[in-house]
Amino acid sequence: MEILTILISAVLIKNFVLYYFLGICPFLGVSKKLDSALSMGLAVTFVMSITAVVSWLINHFILIPYSLEYLQIVSFILVIASLVQLVEMFIRKISPPLYQALGIYLPLITTNCAIMGLALLAVRKNYNFIESVVFGFGSGVGFTLAIVLMAAIREQLDLADVPEPLKGAGITLIVAGLMALAFSGFSGMIK
Amino acid sequence: MSNRTISQEYLKGLWEENPVFRQLLGMCPTLAVTNAMINGLAMGLATSFVLIFSSLVVSSIKKLIPSQVRIASYIVIIASFVTIADRFLAAFFPPLSKNLGPYVPLIVVNCIILGRQEAFSSKNTVGRSLTDAVGMSTGFIFALLVLSAIREILGMGTFFGLPVMGVWFKPWVIMVLPAGAFITLGILLGLFLFIEHKTKVRS
Repeated sequence: MEILTILISAVLIKNFVLYYFLGICPFLGVSKKLDSALSMGLAVTFVMSITAVVSWLINHFILIPYSLEYLQIVSFILVIASLVQLVEMFIRKISPPLYQALGIYLPLITTNCAIMGLALLAVRKNYNFIESVVFGFGSGVGFTLAIVLMAAIREQLDLADVPEPLKGAGITLIVAGLMALAFSGFSGMIK
Repeated sequence: MSNRTISQEYLKGLWEENPVFRQLLGMCPTLAVTNAMINGLAMGLATSFVLIFSSLVVSSIKKLIPSQVRIASYIVIIASFVTIADRFLAAFFPPLSKNLGPYVPLIVVNCIILGRQEAFSSKNTVGRSLTDAVGMSTGFIFALLVLSAIREILGMGTFFGLPVMGVWFKPWVIMVLPAGAFITLGILLGLFLFIEHKTKVRS
């Protein structure tokens, strides 16, 4: 039950983009086309799930036993950066079609604050191993949901008559605000 | 090397190359912590501390860093200063540190800081890099204060916690919710483009 609560909360209620404001850069940058938004979402979900596993292991087997918690920021950012490189090389070797599909989005993820945010939030919430993994996967799905919905709206928005100064980032942020408002309707689901 | 004068170097961060309004960098903290002015100011100062000291270090040792590993080196330098800022806030301002939550450690992935190291400090002298960092920091604090002032006044009827609106005023709850952050910033970006367009037409 606890696990299900974490999953639903990460996908719908405390959505990474619309509640924590993490991963705004790809959310604004890669949401022009539906298919590239979907690839970005999949790449982020994949890396987030792995990050959740690795950051939990580092925290519980290296940082806490040696009381080095103050090194969390430095160690997480370095591990995430090298992890993304590793995942990229691994996918290129194992599954070229998947590599083609994810393309340039994989390296872009290194600078994505959602990944770092995930590692830090999972530590702050004191999740155990299973809970961290579910939280990582759920947050990735939530990110995918938000970016895919945004891309679908933006494809329609191209046909609309938007005032000149609001074109581009302005109208995208306003649409994101309306989406955040809609998503906050889910907040009654879990006490 | 940039060939602006020192004062131009400082002023460009305020308007012409404002990190938030013009370059759309550092959006996550901008949106997340601007629900109250005190949070916006604290976030702005913490980011400025990290940006200024990282620029100082990077521009002083730029010749020692091999170019293949420069990004990784910048990240380690930035992460060290972020750790200092995070521990400092937690030790001396515990309530503020609690309000800002994970967003203080997240300064490490703020694209403004890494962007300035890569685009400026790694190519310019220490003095110029410092001026640039101070200018960008002022621009960032300015952006955070504008956004948080609008959200706090409309959302709670207060200015830095002091009530400014009369008793007739009903707070707009949406402004302190995440939705208010997106909508306010969207409208502000549109407004700034509109002003720029008008001034261009006139000249």
